[in-house]
Amino acid sequence: MSKFKKKRGNSTPGISTASLPDIVFMLLFFFMVVTVIRNAELKVDVKVPIASELKELEDKSLVTYMYIGKPLKRYQEDYGTAPQLQLNDKFAKVSQIPFFVEEKKLKVPERNRDKMTTSLRIDNDVTMGFVTDVKTELRKAGQLLVNYAASQGEVK
Amino acid sequence: MQLRKKKERMSQEINAGSMADIAFLLLIFFLVTTTINAEKGIRVKLPPWSDEEVDPTQLNTRNVYSVLVNYNNELLVRGEPTQITDLRKNCKEFIMNPEGREDLAEKPSKAIVSLKNDRGTNYETYLKVYNELKGAYNELWDAEAEKEYQKVYEDLPNSAKKAIQDKIPLVISEAEPVDTQGK
Repeated sequence: MSKFKKKRGNSTPGISTASLPDIVFMLLFFFMVVTVIRNAELKVDVKVPIASELKELEDKSLVTYMYIGKPLKRYQEDYGTAPQLQLNDKFAKVSQIPFFVEEKKLKVPERNRDKMTTSLRIDNDVTMGFVTDVKTELRKAGQLLVNYAASQGEVK
Repeated sequence: MQLRKKKERMSQEINAGSMADIAFLLLIFFLVTTTINAEKGIRVKLPPWSDEEVDPTQLNTRNVYSVLVNYNNELLVRGEPTQITDLRKNCKEFIMNPEGREDLAEKPSKAIVSLKNDRGTNYETYLKVYNELKGAYNELWDAEAEKEYQKVYEDLPNSAKKAIQDKIPLVISEAEPVDTQGK
């Protein structure tokens, strides 16, 4: 009896790492599902305003993004410091919006087209003149659902 | 001979020890390349484009809650300078008109909020104002939902939401901005 006991104490069983891959895979899948790969590189500086009445965007595949803000330092030589519009990963003129919207529409099945949303990520310091021009173009292009991107917080 | 056979059989097992390393590598890749961005914002439905401007002055002025934001980001609400922080309460009072005053909206379904800004207005201020106006409606809807269904507005079925929205319709009309600075 005592012999048996001794043997047990001596051999230190290594910790099984067989379940480690499972744990890691679980983490991996979690991150794969909850994260979205950012498709466009930002060329403008955008600090969105703070607001409290926010809603989350539902279907990401139906959302197109437009960015308005001051060009980043390295682009200021070519584009100046006045606010610029960025579509996809290029600087664009406001007059290019209808074409851009039309292009996006083609990629979406017809039954979903009226649910398409444009998310406007606009910097705090942009003046409304610019924003209104963009809105007018969107209205002319028939893209009426708009989301003003903002971050959650208390408005002071 | 027998010993050899045993060895061969053992080597058939795939070594899964490196699986964790591979999975870690992938995990780190996803961690680095992706950003959790909960995209949130204020949702707005723009009016369809038409060449004729709707003139809110033709409406009964009693039912129009006009908000003007100038290029200095100052507010003029129904002709009086106002702070953004007072806007929500003021707007709610205008829509519901609990005391039945002559100069406020006849009834909630007739109330119209008219928002006008300057081309030089800051976007931040504009969105703050819009946020407050929308917040006023959200609070009214919540109050109505509490009264009628004893529930939070967000949890109501769509039909009930629609009933509330018919009672207190959200009408924020935006006029073409004025240009006082030549911007």
